[in-house]
Amino acid sequence: MDNRADYLKAERSAEWREALRKTMKNKERTAQLRVHMPEAPAQERARSYVEVNSGLTAPIAMKEASRCIDCPDPTCISGCPVNINIPKFVKNIERGEFLEAARTLKETNALPAVCGRVCPQEKQCEANCFYTLKLKAEPVAIGYLERFAADYEQNSGAISIPEVAPANGMKIAVVGSGPAGLAFAGDMAKLGYEVHILEALHEIGGVLKYGIPEFRLPNKVVDVEIESLRKMGVKFETNFIVGKTATIDDLREEGFKGFFVSSGAGLPRFMNIPGENLVGILSSNEYLTRVNLMGASRQGMDTPVMRGKRVAVIGGGNTAMDSVRTALRLGAEKATIIYRRSLEEMPARVEEVKHAQEEGVEFLTLNNPIEYLGDDKGKVKQIRLQKMELGEPDASGRRSPRPVEGSEYLIDADTVVVSVGVSPNPLIPQSLPDLKVSRWGTIEVDPETLQSSIPDIFAGGDIVRGGATVILAMGDGRRAAAGMHQYLQNAR
Amino acid sequence: MNKVVSKRQFSENVVGLDIEAPRIAKARRAGHFVMVRVDEKGERIPLTISSADVQRGTITLVIQKVGVSSRKLTALEPGDMVHDLVGPLGHATEVKKYGTVLCCGGGVGVAPLLPIVEAMKAAGNRVISVIAARNKELVILEDQIRAHSDEVLVMTDDGSYGRKGLITEGMESIIEREKIDQAVIIGPGIMMKFASLTTKKHNIPSIASLNTIMVDGTGMCGACRVTVGGKTRFVCVDGPEFDAHEVDFDEMLSRLNGYKDEEQKADQEYSCQVDKK
Repeated sequence: MDNRADYLKAERSAEWREALRKTMKNKERTAQLRVHMPEAPAQERARSYVEVNSGLTAPIAMKEASRCIDCPDPTCISGCPVNINIPKFVKNIERGEFLEAARTLKETNALPAVCGRVCPQEKQCEANCFYTLKLKAEPVAIGYLERFAADYEQNSGAISIPEVAPANGMKIAVVGSGPAGLAFAGDMAKLGYEVHILEALHEIGGVLKYGIPEFRLPNKVVDVEIESLRKMGVKFETNFIVGKTATIDDLREEGFKGFFVSSGAGLPRFMNIPGENLVGILSSNEYLTRVNLMGASRQGMDTPVMRGKRVAVIGGGNTAMDSVRTALRLGAEKATIIYRRSLEEMPARVEEVKHAQEEGVEFLTLNNPIEYLGDDKGKVKQIRLQKMELGEPDASGRRSPRPVEGSEYLIDADTVVVSVGVSPNPLIPQSLPDLKVSRWGTIEVDPETLQSSIPDIFAGGDIVRGGATVILAMGDGRRAAAGMHQYLQNAR
Repeated sequence: MNKVVSKRQFSENVVGLDIEAPRIAKARRAGHFVMVRVDEKGERIPLTISSADVQRGTITLVIQKVGVSSRKLTALEPGDMVHDLVGPLGHATEVKKYGTVLCCGGGVGVAPLLPIVEAMKAAGNRVISVIAARNKELVILEDQIRAHSDEVLVMTDDGSYGRKGLITEGMESIIEREKIDQAVIIGPGIMMKFASLTTKKHNIPSIASLNTIMVDGTGMCGACRVTVGGKTRFVCVDGPEFDAHEVDFDEMLSRLNGYKDEEQKADQEYSCQVDKK
């Protein structure tokens, strides 16, 4: 870690950084207010797939970047799971070197345009910004700036491809092409490995493609980042299920020396309450996959989707927000979030809740479904809800909800989207009886190296965490790359 | 992309396609299925593998025209490409020596039944197959089933071939005659429901292979969920075969019709397009 600190210090003493710091007094810097993200008007966007946040313009980004005082001890970096050199990229924006800013992001982050959109910066870098910690003021908009630099590069046509070490002749496989797998692949390609990403679905990108909607993360943004990896020599194979199409043993015979399992938390949870298998009740995974991956909302696509008039979404996470806002875009007259705690305990990002509220989503907090009632054709018609109240804080620190006796009542719904979390996908553990898994089905790994109980298999992302964020998955990908690199070099 | 190598027309609405997929041909076992997306606009649909040729590197799928996707698939000719094909998925059939196995296939269900008949015979069982269809035209793979069965009984609803009557009547006639140790049931939902009621009545352990709506086929969407023994199970990763006596077939039938309105609309639109051409 010392090397890293020295590197940051040396970068900070670069001539241009020294000079830039002198162009403005810190008092002037901190007197400026944080920028607001321009957004598509709520009424228009709620019925279309246009991206909600439209991004900063260059002058506004430069001004926001000038708020950063280029601290000697940049605490923001400690909040970043992939260790982006935040001051360096922000200062490059301030001096107008946008492509250099993008290159800085790519030193440690394979998907900056994605992270700039979907990272919970308010809990990470921005939570550790000098403004937040010391000034009790609004932090530098690091997330908006990351997106600005990444988008600028994507639109410039001058996309930088990170330097790749000479091929070392070692072939490794990545199971799944979501954020963990892509981050891992980027780092291993830089180190000179021949990286093959094996993806079960017909598209590369995992949750970035099937899960996160177009209005929050356009597919073309993801595709540009995937293209960069391809240019670094990463090979992609779709329609390949490791453990089924070929086993790990088959792949070892084909010369693969290491495996990174990033197969995700692809198994939706249900609540096991009466009536949950009625027609019209589906998981958020199914709902979002039909729209995002299969294009069900677009003319001419064969995959259907239920276009409910009264759609209820059960849950309070980002996926629940994505689902309920998708319901509006599919023409729902009424789209409701049903969540058993209150707004304050919601795990979704504040920004997502705000966007949903602006678009007209109704929030039934402190409510929990206990039964679904159907019509004579077996289609859901009503939900029996129970009111909840908050008790003492539980292990997670959130106040735990408990039912209010005798508070049950019925509401109408013709479509219900269940978004109460996911479990790890069982396909890989099923195919490897020797692999050590927890009783929740997550793969057990060494917390430092992410090596599993089988030495040449490493794992990260939701298959280890059981349901987290894009950026934590990417952080895992990076750590696993370091871990596997060390393992393979020692094994030589 | 996977190439269609050969095609066989079983009846007006049922075709068999041999498709290049060397890895799947090698890895598949009786009971496995694949997910198919015919073209860039297509749905992902599950189809049980009927047979495979490891040397040729092909798998055989038997497809009945029911909606847009299956119509597009049945229209493919040798040399055409299937855009996406992935598998083999699901748990393989538990093949062992049971004694006498009664294999019951209805309609195109005879196609996924074939590899099980083959495997059960190879495992040393006495195999009696009952295959049923609405009429003579729709009886498929009779010769192949015969080649691996000790006895075959063909039933048609209208009596145009084999014996007249429903599959359950054929099953009853065999169950009356001799002791059956295990039954395997594959076919349309309604057929599986009544066939499994028949074996339940006689306490014959039975497995049914379910074909439900799926989007990904890998556990991700949960569209395929069914109630088995009072618990929700996923056909894709927990199945596709379950204890037939524990399956809630009524719920399964209702869920199979979940997208009927949307599908009919799509089918009509597709027909208009085809007519215009």
